[in-house]
Amino acid sequence: MLKNVRIALAVLALGLLIWAGYLGLVWAPADREMGDVQRIMYVHVPAMEMALLAMTLNFLCCVTYLFRPSWSMDSLAEAFAEVGLFFGGFGLVLGSIWGKPTWGTYWTWDPRLTSMAIGLVSYAGYLTLRRLVDDAERRAVWSAVVGIIIAVDVPIIYYSVRWWRSLHQMQSSPATVDPAMVRALRWNFLAFFALFVVFVMARYAIALARRRQEVTPPPLVLERAS
Amino acid sequence: MTPPVAPGLLWTAWILVRKDLLLEWRSRARANALVFFSLSTLLLFSFALGPDTTFLKRAAGGTLWLAILLASVLALGESFRVEQENGALDGLRLAPADARALFLAKALANTALLVLVGAVLLPVLLALASVSPTLGLGRLAGVLVLGCLAISAPGTVYSAISSHARSRDVLLPLLLFPLLIPTVVAAAKATSLVFEGDPMLQFGSWLGLLAGFNVVYWSLGFALFPRVVED
Repeated sequence: MLKNVRIALAVLALGLLIWAGYLGLVWAPADREMGDVQRIMYVHVPAMEMALLAMTLNFLCCVTYLFRPSWSMDSLAEAFAEVGLFFGGFGLVLGSIWGKPTWGTYWTWDPRLTSMAIGLVSYAGYLTLRRLVDDAERRAVWSAVVGIIIAVDVPIIYYSVRWWRSLHQMQSSPATVDPAMVRALRWNFLAFFALFVVFVMARYAIALARRRQEVTPPPLVLERAS
Repeated sequence: MTPPVAPGLLWTAWILVRKDLLLEWRSRARANALVFFSLSTLLLFSFALGPDTTFLKRAAGGTLWLAILLASVLALGESFRVEQENGALDGLRLAPADARALFLAKALANTALLVLVGAVLLPVLLALASVSPTLGLGRLAGVLVLGCLAISAPGTVYSAISSHARSRDVLLPLLLFPLLIPTVVAAAKATSLVFEGDPMLQFGSWLGLLAGFNVVYWSLGFALFPRVVED
């Protein structure tokens, strides 16, 4: 049953991606200053939003775990961290590609870029910690603690463009953007969100299966090998 | 006869700090190793950056904090390895010592060790990079102490975690370095300002940032550390 839901969602996400890709690449008008390069926005912004969403949800899972420990919360935290790392890395590469023609460089030590890079390395460390602790219960508690500490970076990533006003632009509001662009962007958000849900569900199922296999005691009576 | 009264949080922490520093003083092995390790990293940085004195001058703040950061990984990793031998950590928890007092004590003892390392490094750096503390030694000491405090608090939490994990020597820097990048930037910037003078009056804001990191890391560590060492 759940597997069918996952497959249906994956198909839906794929369909949405194709539709949103059409809107972003063909239907929406090109930017007056940047031209067609600006179309990267339709994937860069949703990818980064999904990364921040995943990091925030990971933080909430970590806090919840410390108050109400459960394997499902622990697995969900793992799923969010990994999906967040994926979307964040994807968005960072896209941003770099966008930066070369518009800013003239792939990378610059702008607060937004730096804080995002720190965030990604932090979540990579979080996932490494999970791999290196064998005791499932300790791993859950410790990674929850680490997840809370590294979440300090998440608001810094979000507000960096407002606090420092650097090269990276601030968050735009729909009021100042061409309606066609807003529409294409919204469809892309929807597509990325569907993809996000598919990824998290799949990753959660894997994590939960691993926890189950780790904490289930061996059977009392060994079955005779036939 | 009155029953024994359990000591308060701060008093327990103070006893534990004294215990850690006494252990350190008795052997002096760790402090010696740390000082020489950080001195050699300082030399290595100077060689790697080249003989250009103007460049070395500008890089002096960053060099100092990188040397302290690398030394901190060794110091922090060692601080819980000592407690694991003969189950000393379990003994402390059963004493019973409050886990939060244990956090305060470990973090303060690590800070003391790092400040010592920094105090030994500074005169060498002043000679190697031919810089001088134009804003005064008091401010330099302030940056040093605040920076070491900001490294020690999250470092203590992470070293307690990684001391139980596999390949802990890789894990500790992997967890700690990303978290400390902003701290090291603030500390290095403030140190450079002390060396090169502060015409734009930025020193206060960098020091404030460092103090802010301290507030965040110490309160997070204080709140979360008991969950790390519980069993």
